[in-house]
Amino acid sequence: MQGVLGILERLDRRWVFLAMALAVAGPILVMGITRKTLPETPTDASRAVFQAVQSLPRGSTVLLSFDFDPGSAGELEPMGVSMARQCALCGHKMVFISLWPLGGQMIDQTIKKVLRADFPHLQDGVDYVNLGFQAGNEQVMRVVLTDFKRAFPTTKSGRATADLPILSGIQRVGDFALLAEVSAGYPGSKEWVQYVVSASGGKLPMVSGCTGVQTPQLYPYFPGQIRGLLGAIKGAAEYESLINAWVLDPANAAEIASTGADVGVSAVIPPKYLEAQRRMGPQLGAHLLMVVLILLGNVVYLAQRRSQRRAAA
Amino acid sequence: MVRGRSITSDAARRVLLLLAVCAAAGFHDTPASAHLQEIAAAVSAEDAAAAGATTAGLFTPGKLPLAVAIIVTSGCIIAWMLQARAGAAMYLRRIPALDAVTNAVGRSTEMGRPVLFIAGIQDMDNIQTVAGITVLSHVAKTTAEYDATIEVPTSRSLVMEAAREAVRGSYQAAGRFDAYNADAIRYITDEQFGFVASVSGQMVREKPAACFYMGCFFAESLILAETGNSIGAIQIAGTAESSQLPFFVAACDYTLIGEEFMAASAYLSGAPDQIGSLKGQDAAKVIVATLILLGVVLATIAALNVPQSEAVSRVLESVKGALGS
Amino acid sequence: MMRIVAMAIASIAGLVMLLSPFFPDLESVGAQSSEIFNVIAAIAFILGAGSLVKVNLSRIGRRDAGWGYALVTLLCFAITLIVGLGKIGVPPNPQFAATPWAGEKDAAGSAFAWIYEFVLTPITSTMFALLAFYVASAAFRAFRAKNREAMLLLGTAFIVLLGRTFAGVWLTGGLPEWASGLRLENLSMFIMQVFNTAGNRAIIIGIALGVTATSLRILLGIDRSWMGAGGGSA
Repeated sequence: MQGVLGILERLDRRWVFLAMALAVAGPILVMGITRKTLPETPTDASRAVFQAVQSLPRGSTVLLSFDFDPGSAGELEPMGVSMARQCALCGHKMVFISLWPLGGQMIDQTIKKVLRADFPHLQDGVDYVNLGFQAGNEQVMRVVLTDFKRAFPTTKSGRATADLPILSGIQRVGDFALLAEVSAGYPGSKEWVQYVVSASGGKLPMVSGCTGVQTPQLYPYFPGQIRGLLGAIKGAAEYESLINAWVLDPANAAEIASTGADVGVSAVIPPKYLEAQRRMGPQLGAHLLMVVLILLGNVVYLAQRRSQRRAAA
Repeated sequence: MVRGRSITSDAARRVLLLLAVCAAAGFHDTPASAHLQEIAAAVSAEDAAAAGATTAGLFTPGKLPLAVAIIVTSGCIIAWMLQARAGAAMYLRRIPALDAVTNAVGRSTEMGRPVLFIAGIQDMDNIQTVAGITVLSHVAKTTAEYDATIEVPTSRSLVMEAAREAVRGSYQAAGRFDAYNADAIRYITDEQFGFVASVSGQMVREKPAACFYMGCFFAESLILAETGNSIGAIQIAGTAESSQLPFFVAACDYTLIGEEFMAASAYLSGAPDQIGSLKGQDAAKVIVATLILLGVVLATIAALNVPQSEAVSRVLESVKGALGS
Repeated sequence: MMRIVAMAIASIAGLVMLLSPFFPDLESVGAQSSEIFNVIAAIAFILGAGSLVKVNLSRIGRRDAGWGYALVTLLCFAITLIVGLGKIGVPPNPQFAATPWAGEKDAAGSAFAWIYEFVLTPITSTMFALLAFYVASAAFRAFRAKNREAMLLLGTAFIVLLGRTFAGVWLTGGLPEWASGLRLENLSMFIMQVFNTAGNRAIIIGIALGVTATSLRILLGIDRSWMGAGGGSA
């Protein structure tokens, strides 16, 4: 074929890569300079996650399982950060665990970024604790079902969990008020549902954040076994926007302050709590490019078919 | 030059087996085993208490529905296996992806380029990896017969050992043990993206003519498939990870979807009892589909405002309760 | 003889794991079997590491294509091993200040933590980011409207692609409330929660049955091709 169609037919895929790079980099630069984000309309699944944390009585102990690694941190770290932030704002206690070897470091980063930076009044061992990574996948889940401290005998820094005030009322995983799980693959949300939530007879509420490719696998469990679901960076952005809207509402300032948090309600949210919303800009650029590429690919295909028919005729 | 299993590898394998046996025996005596047994005993005691069992050590009543499901499914599979052994004719539809294996290996031989086989990135405790290794043994037999070379990079050490055994056996069965090269089956790394980076680089440098992706894959599936596409290889994939199937379907020439991948070994062997097991699996699927339809009809009646709705609702709730416990 | 022993171990261990959830007395045996596997996998790493070193040294020695990468692999392997085992730069553990090497290997400030933060994290994130480029080239090359089903697939793809971004809100946000179900973001959710979930459930059920059949064939010793040595079937 000649002309533009000919160029498209023989297009080196590196041009596609370059187009994708520009489609992603452009919004990053624009949003970085203007400091604006796109508006988000939360879906029911994201609202359910927000409500699940919000509706817990203050001081509830929440189990946060960060089952991801740096490879998927781009999609999942904002979810983990938002979950930790909302728990701290609501005055809940947080117990962090991970079933992925590199998950312990992801927890450390979140604690440093959120709790130590913005909630310095919270004490390690009393208000939050990092129990780190535990090997064993489903075996760990089976053990925590009946004896949580046996599965995690020490914290990541080596302190005995038997002596920790935060775990004083926790015998088994069902004693937690909520399981908030951030999942990149195996072991992840599906295994938590199969081995823990189902085995607890629905007594342990669970909310989950997962990567985009995993979301279709987890929709069958929503809203039954999984009360709320954050799917991909979109879900993270919706959840983030819900928390930011709640923080910015002056009507909630007194409630937040009563937990001891000093978030300084103002019109400006720190950039670290806008990461997911910022990443929706590149997502928009990438998705629009994909639509254009699919259309162009089909134009080429139809032109090829027509020329083949002409040649056959 | 005869290339076979090295003496060092043989000795290491025997040491490994001995250590495993010692570990199994030693678990009865070490403090670690006592700790583990305590944990497991606590788990079983709690399970029994939670399920309302009156006597510890007997069957857990709460798991009865699951046990019935397993017995029915296994019964179907075994019954059809026995029928097939007795000589009953069994029709099996063609699976194009598996019919293409021979063509793919033949293409590699003609082009003088290797065959690349990846058995997933999980360990031997994952059934998909085991299924991948069974397919590997069939593919390796074909490569031995066609005098092609096969490369099997693995992401787990145990998978490397199992793959070596499978390929070695296949070459032996094909009478081409002299062509077996243990170093062609090698361990790369457990790290997901480190593995795919290494394999992608290998694909771009060595340009295999045929790529087989058979096992459990995650995010690296598209990277592998696109790289294979860029070098012009014929690609045949199979996985039971439903999240990765779209990527393989889009980028590979043939894809085995879920249970097709599980059936691959039976299909390739052609043995009657293995084919019979596939028929038994289909029978179990018919039972499941019937139960789903029944559930849908009952749930619809329960949702409608008709006189029987309440009674049907009660039946449904009691079934849900029995299955959920 | 070895094949018979291997088959017996596989069958007995598999049967125990199958029965252990149902019989409390077998729970501990099931747990032990899992632990034995973990021990074996950990010991097998020695063989894997040995193979890694051997193969890469051979490549360097023969100056095969890409032997420089083999050199980098070996160097990185050696450095990480020495840094991790030697706990280089690890601060002392405050709880056990008098005991050397009591700190965590990946404690803040350690060389291992530095490798994780400045080498492993950026590299794995970069590799994951490659997916965005590859999915674009796959979309351009493979998503063609060859038949009715493909056209249906493409239509769904457009709805979901646009519905998951602000573009969907911008394009159909003006629809009245009674037609809100036709807004792209709501349509996209409907597709995911109804059609996609139904399809996924069907695939999951099929896979579960396939896994059952495959496992039975292996446990009963009917399919022995995984064992090698010309296993085949019974």
